[in-house]
Amino acid sequence: MPEIHTHTPDAHDSAYDGLLVDDAHWAFGTDFEDPLAGVDTSVPDDVDAGALATYCLMLGDDALVLSQRLAEWCSNAPDLEEDIALANIALDLLGQARLLLARAAAADPSLVPALPDGSPVPDEDRLAFFRDEAQFRNVRLAEVPNGDFAEVIARVLLFSTWRLALFEQLRHSRDAVLAAVAAKGVKELAYHRDFSGRWFVTLARGTEESRRRLLTALDDLWPLWPELLATHPVEQQVASARVGVAPSTVAAQAEVILEQVFAAGDVTRPERPAMGGVAGGTGRDGRHTETMGRLLAEMQVVARAHPEGLW
Amino acid sequence: MTAPSPELEQQFDATVARKDRIEPRDWMPEAYRKTLVRQIAQHAHSEIIGMQPEGNWIGRAPSLRRKAILLAKVQDEAGHGLYLYSACETLGVTRDELTRMLIEGRQKYSSIFNYPTLSYADVGTIGWLVDGAAICNQVPLCRTSFGPYGRAMIRICKEESFHQRQGFELLMTMMRGTDEQRAMVQESVDRFWWPALMMFGPPDADSPNTEQSMAWGIKTHTNDALRQKFVDMSVPQATALGVTLPDPELRWNEERGHHDFGQPDWAEFMRVVKGGGPCNAQRVAHRKRAWEDGAWVREAALAFAEREAAAQQEVSA
Repeated sequence: MPEIHTHTPDAHDSAYDGLLVDDAHWAFGTDFEDPLAGVDTSVPDDVDAGALATYCLMLGDDALVLSQRLAEWCSNAPDLEEDIALANIALDLLGQARLLLARAAAADPSLVPALPDGSPVPDEDRLAFFRDEAQFRNVRLAEVPNGDFAEVIARVLLFSTWRLALFEQLRHSRDAVLAAVAAKGVKELAYHRDFSGRWFVTLARGTEESRRRLLTALDDLWPLWPELLATHPVEQQVASARVGVAPSTVAAQAEVILEQVFAAGDVTRPERPAMGGVAGGTGRDGRHTETMGRLLAEMQVVARAHPEGLW
Repeated sequence: MTAPSPELEQQFDATVARKDRIEPRDWMPEAYRKTLVRQIAQHAHSEIIGMQPEGNWIGRAPSLRRKAILLAKVQDEAGHGLYLYSACETLGVTRDELTRMLIEGRQKYSSIFNYPTLSYADVGTIGWLVDGAAICNQVPLCRTSFGPYGRAMIRICKEESFHQRQGFELLMTMMRGTDEQRAMVQESVDRFWWPALMMFGPPDADSPNTEQSMAWGIKTHTNDALRQKFVDMSVPQATALGVTLPDPELRWNEERGHHDFGQPDWAEFMRVVKGGGPCNAQRVAHRKRAWEDGAWVREAALAFAEREAAAQQEVSA
């Protein structure tokens, strides 16, 4: 929830009091500010800036794209409490994405799409709204279309279990920005995992209908799980430089947590083959599912219509 | 219900007269209770239905910062709906019953949400004009006679005022942008000005419930008085923004110390109230679908909770 600007109620007798007054109490700021202001953004000497930036895009795109899907739930959840919770998760991930995209741009400016001279569009928005599909590095689990409530629960459980395991290690990154993003993210992701874990068990043990739906959702998503645990060469490179984390190194830990949740819900681990890649590549290589283009078309349409727009 | 003792009625009247709060356990006239349920429910429904027109733009927000602001705002509206449904539940109705009344068309919500959002500028205009009008309507409700409603309104007004500033700030920013963006803002203000004026309800002469609601301390200002206040406040804001309000009759009246202004199309207002607006069917269908699609989840949560409670009892037995 945003920080709330407080007044005594009577101060609101005029709805417009102070509307034009410069006021520091606005959540999200009144103007665009560099989200990394004051943070040491220099890249450690022995780290390849391009690899670090690409790695930040991978983690940033995971968060951005899943946030986009979760935000589609807004006003559609089974009850108000779940509507609010899913929006919270989407907002947390969006916040992580903004920092990671800004970090990517700072580490390697050559990755940032060029816009007409004088365009006021900040780097994080150039990366989010002006890259094409093949330049997005998110895992495919983040992008697949929404299903029912069981589907979003299973997806958030898989995603947050994996990302929390990654971020716990990433807190020790030699890159000050990544370490700070991870330290903040761990608390958020622990909540996401808790929320989805509780609902997972509730649906698994609720009614026949809820159990059937949950098992179907888990089965459908399972082929996307191995992609999360595979280590891409860029991830290997940043892990070797001790700025990033190789997903293969947290696989066992993530699996243990999942097994615990499955056991609590009396659910057996699905047996499904991993979803194959395309021409040897997966989401991390910019090779996505057929739905990704439509997701981006929606997300980017207004920004692209106004490459010199000020928002 | 048995006839109330004159003593109880006197106590109630005295509480309202001292502008003190009526609390859920206090005796209250049945008509007062009914009026409150109707009004608070309508208000709660407005918050929930109001998530849709702005939610329409979350997926297309043109910057990540704007996306975060908009999603957080729509989330706040769900929170307002929660407070208000809770206030209503203190009067002996459940959230389920109220939701059913909404999706079956037996209770209303603010007609403003039956207009579509057609550009990103609408997100700003809704913040500036629609939330602005809502605040004008709602600030007096912070002092309304029913305690839980008044307290919910204090919290809601703080957040609404924050949303209004964010909306205004979006429009200000867009006005500093490109020509296309400025045109987008003006077009949006042109569409929303008259519906915003309608938010205060029909002219006093045609507002059948106002007199009783004022006597009970539920309502403290008339529709026309609030509308005048809104116009007077909006005019300098429009100037600051650099937009024109689409009312040729709008001018300062030195003698009255207020702006004169034209009347909205009240025939259109009645059409929209009666279901003939551009989005009435869509808004209710959306709510109905979300509610029905979620039924199996609510049933599962209930079944799970019951089973857990039973297991707990067995352990402690």
